[in-house]
Amino acid sequence: MLDGILLGLTTALSIQNLFLVTMGCIIGTLIGMLPGLGPMSIIAIMIPIAIGIGDPSGAMILLAGVYYGAIFGGSTSSILINAPGVASTVATSFDGYPMARRGQAGKALTIAAISSFIGGSVGAILLMIFAPALSSVALLFHSAEYFALMVLGLAAIAAFAGQGNVAKAVLMTILGLIMATVGEGALFNAARFTMGFPSLQSGFGFITLAMAMFALPEAMFLVMHPARSGKGGKAGEIGKLRITRQDARDMAPVVGRQSIQGFFIGVLPGAGATIASFLGYAVERNLASPKEREQFGKGSVKGLAAPEAANNAACSGSFVPLLTLGIPGSGTTAILLGALISLNVTPGPRLMTDSPEIFWAVIISMYIGNVVLLILNLPLIPYIAKLLAVPRPYLIPFILFFTLMGSYIGQNNPTELLILVLLGLGATALRMANYPLAPLLIGFILGRMMEDNFSRAMQLYRGPSFIWERPMTAALLVLAAILLVLPSWRARRERKRSLDSSMGD
Amino acid sequence: MNSISRRALGVAAVSMIALGAAFPAMAEQTHDRVHFLIPGGAGGGWDGAARGVGEALTAAGIVGNASFENMSGGGGGLAFTYLIDNAASNYGTLMVQSTPLIIRGLTGEISQTFRDAVPIAGVLGDFAALVVAADSPIQTFADFLEAYKANPDAVATGGGSVPGGMDHLVASLVLEAAGLNAEDVQYIPYDAGGTAMAGLLSGEIQALSTGFSEAVEMAAAGEVRILGLTSAERLPEFPDVPTFAEQGAEMEFVNWRGFFGAPGLPEDQAAAYTAALEAMMATPEWEAVRARNGWTNIWYAGDDFTAFLANQEEEMRQMMVDLGFL
Repeated sequence: MLDGILLGLTTALSIQNLFLVTMGCIIGTLIGMLPGLGPMSIIAIMIPIAIGIGDPSGAMILLAGVYYGAIFGGSTSSILINAPGVASTVATSFDGYPMARRGQAGKALTIAAISSFIGGSVGAILLMIFAPALSSVALLFHSAEYFALMVLGLAAIAAFAGQGNVAKAVLMTILGLIMATVGEGALFNAARFTMGFPSLQSGFGFITLAMAMFALPEAMFLVMHPARSGKGGKAGEIGKLRITRQDARDMAPVVGRQSIQGFFIGVLPGAGATIASFLGYAVERNLASPKEREQFGKGSVKGLAAPEAANNAACSGSFVPLLTLGIPGSGTTAILLGALISLNVTPGPRLMTDSPEIFWAVIISMYIGNVVLLILNLPLIPYIAKLLAVPRPYLIPFILFFTLMGSYIGQNNPTELLILVLLGLGATALRMANYPLAPLLIGFILGRMMEDNFSRAMQLYRGPSFIWERPMTAALLVLAAILLVLPSWRARRERKRSLDSSMGD
Repeated sequence: MNSISRRALGVAAVSMIALGAAFPAMAEQTHDRVHFLIPGGAGGGWDGAARGVGEALTAAGIVGNASFENMSGGGGGLAFTYLIDNAASNYGTLMVQSTPLIIRGLTGEISQTFRDAVPIAGVLGDFAALVVAADSPIQTFADFLEAYKANPDAVATGGGSVPGGMDHLVASLVLEAAGLNAEDVQYIPYDAGGTAMAGLLSGEIQALSTGFSEAVEMAAAGEVRILGLTSAERLPEFPDVPTFAEQGAEMEFVNWRGFFGAPGLPEDQAAAYTAALEAMMATPEWEAVRARNGWTNIWYAGDDFTAFLANQEEEMRQMMVDLGFL
């Protein structure tokens, strides 16, 4: 293996390849900041250029730079203007945006960059050591387990993403699940609940819904409550990168745990970075002390570090099935697979023996992409963060433009804009009534995958018997039930204790 | 598109006829620019076909400049509606489509059919294949048929489309051609991409109905065995892969990708597009793009294309009626 690493290093560290990875990171970061363009579209755009290079290692190095750059760029828009452009950065905005609102945008971006860096690095190292051994893990889950994993994700995060009021959060989760049923499902060749609108035939667009639930209501609130943005006005502090020693101490265990957990979730094809970021957030919230738990959703360092480390580690993890089995676990890796095949590289069990230089160069280039990204971005962060110091009359139109463009750019469909505005108005009304919007988006994201896997399992087993016939499914579902009951049980115990102590007085 | 460029196109078409007739094999520039309308997002099958063809056309010097527009929605129907609603200003536009246009037209998901646009040419295709995991006890197509006869549920067959979609219909066509009742097939739908292949390798499903180019990649990696291929004869590049026809299931299927012009497109302009695509097929630039993507050349132009589409539509309609989807 050491030979392989050296082989990969010598390939990846040529001047040409270093130049490519740097360009890739810059392009990826800049384009990735636009909410409508996620890693998948940017990589698709860059593929002709990568193929033009001709050399598979060089091409993969360029694309790895673009990939990591785009992921980081996506976190930036989540943190600064509450506009998550891809599902895996939704959890980033839970704590990243409140932190930025408090005037600590620079700090939030720094935490995100460092957590991503460590998550990606740990992921790359795990990939290097365990990739061949993990190919069987990638095939461990059947549809039944994926369904149970989605239920677990939903139970773990949705109920409390609502800040306190569990009933309202559950209600919004169900609304999200209902919205996920619009359009064609995997098991039906007819469109459902489209009310005759062809634009709804493939369902609501993720980006449209994310902009409508998060960015648009936020912008409306900024207009209605000028004081909210006033707090963010201290231009001196906004760009500050410094994280305190206490922050670092808080982050370290979270990032360590989530890098590993995220990687293993990423190995499962079809689960990916989104589930990893949600579960990462949920696990860390449950592990935090009650006092820290209060901070989750209000700008917690841990709450920001967890999903960022997890989603980057998961991206590295998704390379396991890609490189060892030739199975793309996500849309982005599917496009990367297409690029590799165009370059006459066939990922699969034979890749490591047939062309080890490519196998290792890909892994090493991922690591180098990560390092270059961190070096490039740390000096840029103050300038990116200063965006929020722009006076409100300019900032709000800018945010509105950004969100509208985000939902238009991917589809080129003007109807999306109407849907966005209508949903955005609805979301603003719901927020005024104190209904949390995050559970709705989470329900929507997980709902589709949950339904598809559930229907597959139902069909394969001709009924719900997979729940008790497959032990792992049962275990995951029991875990989900515990997670759902735990918070209210904990609250009741606390109430009882305080009642007991007051009785004792 | 304004009237100037439309006139330019007309001029280009005339010069095309003048030059193209004299030197059919030479790649002369016949169009200043062609705009490709792609009914799906970046990175999909339609996107790859349009961008590949555009790349070959410009690289070979047949077209000066190619532009691309992704317009996803309605399973490909939204772009079609757009093309019809703005037909007069879209004579410079070619829309890419493929077999799902026929299938979704039959189910009514798309309100248009290929008759609502001007078929230019079908240029590339992908045959379909049935694969099993390399370590599966099912060794041959005959084994598969045996197992299916014994218990259809024991050979759950997956695919990347909805029930009643392309992969399901192809598997059913194969079974019917082998003289079995395709209604019993335990078809498990996956979303496109790698999840179906993961399902096959993890043992959740026993067989997979998929595109031949994808099957070849997986077979090259040593993970799957191809039971059969839907072409009429064995492909020269893959002499070892048997067809279904030679194994007693007389059938043929190709997932075509082709181009359509806006309704009302003048005949001479349509002919110019057809000629440009035909000229492209002979160039080394196209060969490079085709080989890189693992596509198979097909060529159906003008009326042949219309007849081919009508034939496929009828075959699919019959299958869908048999399966109870229509």
